[in-house]
Amino acid sequence: MIAMCLAIPGKVVELHEKSCMRMGRIDYGGISREACLEYIADPQIGDYVMVHVGFAISKVDEEEAARTYQYLAEMDQLEEISTPEPET
Amino acid sequence: MKYVDEYRDHKVAGKLVAEIKRAVTRPWAIMEVCGGQTHSIVKYGLDYLLPKEVELVHGPGCPVCVTPLDMIDRAHAIARLPGVIFCSFGDMLRVPGSHGDLFQVKAGGADVRIVYSPLDCLRIAAANPTKKVVFFAIGFETTAPANAMAVWQARAQGIRNFSVLVSHVMVPPAISGILQSPQNRVQGFLGPGHVCAVMGYREYESIATRYQVPIVITGFEPMDLLEGTLMVVRQLEQDRAEVENQYARAVDRDGNACARKMISRIFNVCDRSWRGIGIIPKSGYRLNHDFRDHDAERIFEVGNIYAPEPAACISGKVLKGLNKPHDCPAFGKECTPQTPLGATMVSAEGACAAYYNYGRHLVAAPDAHTRS
Repeated sequence: MIAMCLAIPGKVVELHEKSCMRMGRIDYGGISREACLEYIADPQIGDYVMVHVGFAISKVDEEEAARTYQYLAEMDQLEEISTPEPET
Repeated sequence: MKYVDEYRDHKVAGKLVAEIKRAVTRPWAIMEVCGGQTHSIVKYGLDYLLPKEVELVHGPGCPVCVTPLDMIDRAHAIARLPGVIFCSFGDMLRVPGSHGDLFQVKAGGADVRIVYSPLDCLRIAAANPTKKVVFFAIGFETTAPANAMAVWQARAQGIRNFSVLVSHVMVPPAISGILQSPQNRVQGFLGPGHVCAVMGYREYESIATRYQVPIVITGFEPMDLLEGTLMVVRQLEQDRAEVENQYARAVDRDGNACARKMISRIFNVCDRSWRGIGIIPKSGYRLNHDFRDHDAERIFEVGNIYAPEPAACISGKVLKGLNKPHDCPAFGKECTPQTPLGATMVSAEGACAAYYNYGRHLVAAPDAHTRS
């Protein structure tokens, strides 16, 4: 499932240059792999980036991620239902 | 894994489903555009969690599925040429052309290699200066920056024995095509999150306005997809037709300017044929003339290729959201991921393969989700 538009969030753990390209080592929860960071403005160690076919295509916006998560967490106030059974 | 696990919390899923139930009063058909989204929806059974009024319709956003048969035949013909090392993403290898797949081409003696990134091909080309290294550059806008960079770097590094067989497609013309169809029944879209991470979503705003259809740019995790669905349902119920961004942690309105600039340097917009659908005007990329030295279609003469599709397959209707996999008499019988008859069964992210892989050929389709 490589060619699909899947991108995986990973953490930049090291920066280097190769053939005049900014590259980095990206950690995906314990597994790390090199990715091209040419398309990321000012990448820093510790940044989270979305990686697709060896290229970081966007930086994860931590504020937006926190906001989404907070929104989801606040849904605690809402009436909770159990997950329904598949309809037959 | 950070930014993954928290979006798979089943308790939050229950709450989102409750909110969707609260919001919905009428039946709605909502298309998730991207094959990755289809895969998540079927994997987690999200469509079964939704109230019966909300039908998720699977879209055309699987690049492996929509790569036309004649282009696959062309790839196979080039791969068979002596002195060629043919490189491809792994998921293209099993896709059948008119005469077998790339695995069979490889078994027949061709040098076919799976790569993770198009940059891997440059390394292979540099290490094999007497060979011609060809990369099968397929994909949507998400993949275009990577493929463009490979061409740019080949030029910069003077790697002359590297070329690309380009079969790139774009999402907005496909959405417009679906909406223009007289048979269309899609009323709202979950927009393609990673395509928009690259391209932004301004182009989708004009589609939303022109066709009066809500589009919510949506991520790929279960929570993303349920929240995106909730946002589309709310718009539909409130008679709004706007672009909203559920996936703000990865997407902003302008996308990735740097990546878009590289795409426009390397590629020109062109008409493209989509497997199962046909030609969509201005729906893809081809290599810019300045980079013709790296254009495999120009370099390798393999003659005219004509490849008619098998008549039995309804994948074109599945890709346009008109039918579900269950509607096809061949689904799960003659047509399986091992013996695919058509586009949507060939890739793990095609709707038919996703249904099959998660066992849906073993159960009857739920009434609420079946359309004739």
